Amino acid sequence: MISVSDQFPPTNKPSESVTGVTVRLAGDSGDGMQLLGTQLTNTSALSGNDVATFPDFPAEIRAPIGTRAGVSGFQVRFSSEDIFTPGDGLDALICMNPAALVTNLQDLKKTGILIVNTDNFDKKGFKLAKLDTNPLEDGTVEGYRTIEVPMSTLTRGAVEKTGLSSKLADRCKNFFAMGLVFWLYGRDVEPTLRFIEAKFSKKPEIAEANRLALKSGWAYGETTEAFASTYQVAAAKLPPGKYRNVMGNQALAWGLIAAAKLSDKELFLGSYPITPASDILHELSKHKNFGVRTFQAEDEIAAVCSTIGAAFGGSMAITTSSGPGIALKGEGMGLGMILELPMLIIDVQRGGPSTGLPTKTEQSDLLMAMHGRNGESPLPIIAARSPADCFQTAIEAWQVATRYMTPVMILSDGYIANGAEPWKIPDVSDLPEIKIEHPGPNENGEPFHPYTRNENLARPWAIPGTKGLMHRVGGLEKKDGSGEVSYDPDNHQHMVETRAKKVQMAADFIGPAEVFGKDSGTLVISWGGTYGACHTAVEQCISQGVDVGHVHLRWINPFPKNLGEVIAKYDRVLVPELNNGQLRLLLKNEFVIDAIGLNKIKGKPFHVSELMEKIHEVSAAATV
Amino acid sequence: MNLPVLKAKDFESDQDVRWCPGCGDYSILAQMKKVLPEIGATQEGTVFISGIGCSSRFPYYMNTYGMHSIHGRAPAFATGLKSTRPDLSVWVITGDGDALSIGGNHFMHMLRRNIDLNVVLFNNSIYGLTKGQYSPTSKVGSVTKSTPRGSIDYPLNPISIAIAAEATFVARSIDTNIKHLVATLKRAAEHKGTSFVEVYQNCNVFNDGTWDYAKNKDTKADCTVELEHGKPLIFSGGTKGIRLNGFQPEVVKLDGNVAQDDLLFHDEKAASPQLAFLLSRMRHPEFPEPIGVFRDVQRDTYDDMINAQVADAKAEKKDGDLASLFAGGETWTVE
Ligand SMILES: Cc1ncc(C[n+]2csc(CCOP(=O)(O)OP(=O)(O)O)c2C)c(N)n1
Ligand code: SF4
Ligand SMILES: [Mg+2]
Repeated sequence: MISVSDQFPPTNKPSESVTGVTVRLAGDSGDGMQLLGTQLTNTSALSGNDVATFPDFPAEIRAPIGTRAGVSGFQVRFSSEDIFTPGDGLDALICMNPAALVTNLQDLKKTGILIVNTDNFDKKGFKLAKLDTNPLEDGTVEGYRTIEVPMSTLTRGAVEKTGLSSKLADRCKNFFAMGLVFWLYGRDVEPTLRFIEAKFSKKPEIAEANRLALKSGWAYGETTEAFASTYQVAAAKLPPGKYRNVMGNQALAWGLIAAAKLSDKELFLGSYPITPASDILHELSKHKNFGVRTFQAEDEIAAVCSTIGAAFGGSMAITTSSGPGIALKGEGMGLGMILELPMLIIDVQRGGPSTGLPTKTEQSDLLMAMHGRNGESPLPIIAARSPADCFQTAIEAWQVATRYMTPVMILSDGYIANGAEPWKIPDVSDLPEIKIEHPGPNENGEPFHPYTRNENLARPWAIPGTKGLMHRVGGLEKKDGSGEVSYDPDNHQHMVETRAKKVQMAADFIGPAEVFGKDSGTLVISWGGTYGACHTAVEQCISQGVDVGHVHLRWINPFPKNLGEVIAKYDRVLVPELNNGQLRLLLKNEFVIDAIGLNKIKGKPFHVSELMEKIHEVSAAATV
Repeated sequence: MNLPVLKAKDFESDQDVRWCPGCGDYSILAQMKKVLPEIGATQEGTVFISGIGCSSRFPYYMNTYGMHSIHGRAPAFATGLKSTRPDLSVWVITGDGDALSIGGNHFMHMLRRNIDLNVVLFNNSIYGLTKGQYSPTSKVGSVTKSTPRGSIDYPLNPISIAIAAEATFVARSIDTNIKHLVATLKRAAEHKGTSFVEVYQNCNVFNDGTWDYAKNKDTKADCTVELEHGKPLIFSGGTKGIRLNGFQPEVVKLDGNVAQDDLLFHDEKAASPQLAFLLSRMRHPEFPEPIGVFRDVQRDTYDDMINAQVADAKAEKKDGDLASLFAGGETWTVE
């Protein structure tokens, strides 16, 4: 048997050591760029790099081939340092067609490498991309190190001996591209070979063709004179432990499963498919052996209502959606809130309003999460800050929900949901036990009072089937204690205030805000998926001598108790958000401060450079 | 062992009933309280879930577990509860507006899923709680608060809808026909799968007398026909029957010229829903309206199947273990 190193020999070319690399793979939706990107990510993580990814794909499943609308991209950054974002500028851009080139070139660094599949650079390709001239010849790519590779032709040649039709052979070209990229960065091909083996186990000829294409891409790099050298990225110094890669939605699903286990509950999910939340439904539905029941409802209203039904029955109940679905759930969420039953409502945000930008990221549902229900109906809100953080977020949310007997909202976003990063696998015995008590049977014949409260103002979670605890709950205002329907004016005021107070009391659980960096000058306050970019920008600004600190909020309702004190130490507050200033409005309301906003509403995450520029600007403006 | 025997009174909650005096809802409540002990229900093992409407206040009056939810969505709450707690006996109480207007979507999906719920639709052909607007079951031309010149939308037929939505148990009864209502509720409770019962209910405040033809001593024999499995459709004190003429039912006089065997025989167990659907189309005044069980067939229930999948997964893959879940797939170690 031929060994892997015989087939994929290490390079004889010089190898340059770099701290990190940002690569974007761009092609047609059907070109397999997401697969290529995922392989590159996993391989890099396995070799010990820190990684961060940013998949970016069109909303249409099969947008017209070759058009700009059909371009699908996957950005991955791997580094020997601890990184928090998938990178601003690209070190390498791989383009499978002209449309991919013209829509992505602006992000390539001037020093970057551009690799193109020239086979698609023909009249037809230009026309589909709405180009009058060949961008490789008309000056568009001038100044870039451009490497032209006839990938389709070379792939066809490489897989010829398998006898595959040219249509099927063409499909292997992403593996050719992968071979080339893997060679360029000295990546290990073994995980990908294992992947091919497993994925195409039922189609050995396809598996063989993909292996051949991969090998051919690798060999091409070594033989072509276009590449003078390769690059090496050493392993990162991450805290010791066992690691794996996780995507945000996967980590969230696992966090939910863990929370159910830790609280000795069976998990119920009521959900209606919607991008970018569906993967949580998909993931949970795979784990029925954990006592997981998933219900694909007829709409989001049924989804949230089934969730409330399951919560009433004593399950750990969850509903997942994105903005449009959360809008539909509003009335149900209000009922969950007034029933004072624990449940989790998850909003994986996407570009809005209305259908908006389904596959793009945004943070524009914060005010809906805060206020999007009729009547006075506050809910605790926690926002995950990174793909791996989704795990911890789910556990904490369930702790608060059960401790205070209230629905809790979890905010994630498309960027976190589909992004991946290494996750230090926790020791299960280190995870918190979540104690839940249900009152036991009552034999004394007295009517049960479901709205009596403990020191956390939580009511008892009495579940059907328990003798003597029969009670009725509903959306009508109820008398505190007995739970009877009550129209009494003072009772209503009391109940509204009690439910609000309960949410505020959760501040005891969530702990104080932690400050990173300086404690004077400019304070950056961020929330959700912008954590990585904000943290990196603040860190770099500090190294450049700027007086700046950073608070990242995971819990947004309630705010940490010390947030006001923290804010008071600074001369100014900068709130960067992927919306039109929603957290800024909440901060203004709570602390009467005029924070400065940096608001990007383009369906894309922040670049570190944009944030640094703004931090410099506001800090400098203040010193003159 | 001597089990304590519950009485109707044991199912009565301590809340004052707040329906208008004379409302048909009182009778349905009374019959339900009678039925529960007879079917061996327990207080703690029974849950009533309702939407919004006069009828949906029902759970407050029962000494069982209950949820007065939001308008039209009771089937969804009940689905979440029954899927996770198949041990409970779950009833859904709804109105004609609640089930067929705002809740039409959930109503349909509950039926096709065949979740083991008992659903009682209080059909008064009016929006009672909002003080008298026409409903999806109001006849064309109904003059109500919101239709001073008469309603113009064509009504839905709840039984036809239920059959078309793949319901496995479909029945109709009448609020004041006490014996029939008790028997029908019992049948509904016995059926495994979604049992749907439409009850003609009088709203004496906003739509008084709408079902009089089916309730009054003088007219009911002529205007209703009681369905009995395996028996011919005979009504009007045995003087009239229903016969099929091609695909059409027709009323025939039983004056000696028609043999009983030529009449339409009811078959609630028929695998195909055609007969039940045909019966559901017999409406007053052209036909006597059938009361009783239109359809009673067996199909796997959603709650059984969702729980079977969990049990199978546990048997196949063992009870979930977090550590092996996390460590599945590619991992690496940082020293
Ligand atoms: C979302 C929502 N929309 C409207 C209402 C107002 N509303 C309450 S009950 C009802 C109609 C009830 O009619 P029906 O279901 O026939 O019940 P009935 O009162 O006749 O028993 C309406 C429109 C509501 N409570 N919630
Ligand atoms: S309004 Fe009609 S349906 Fe409602 S309680 Fe009064 S009589 Fe009954
Ligand atoms: Mg009604």
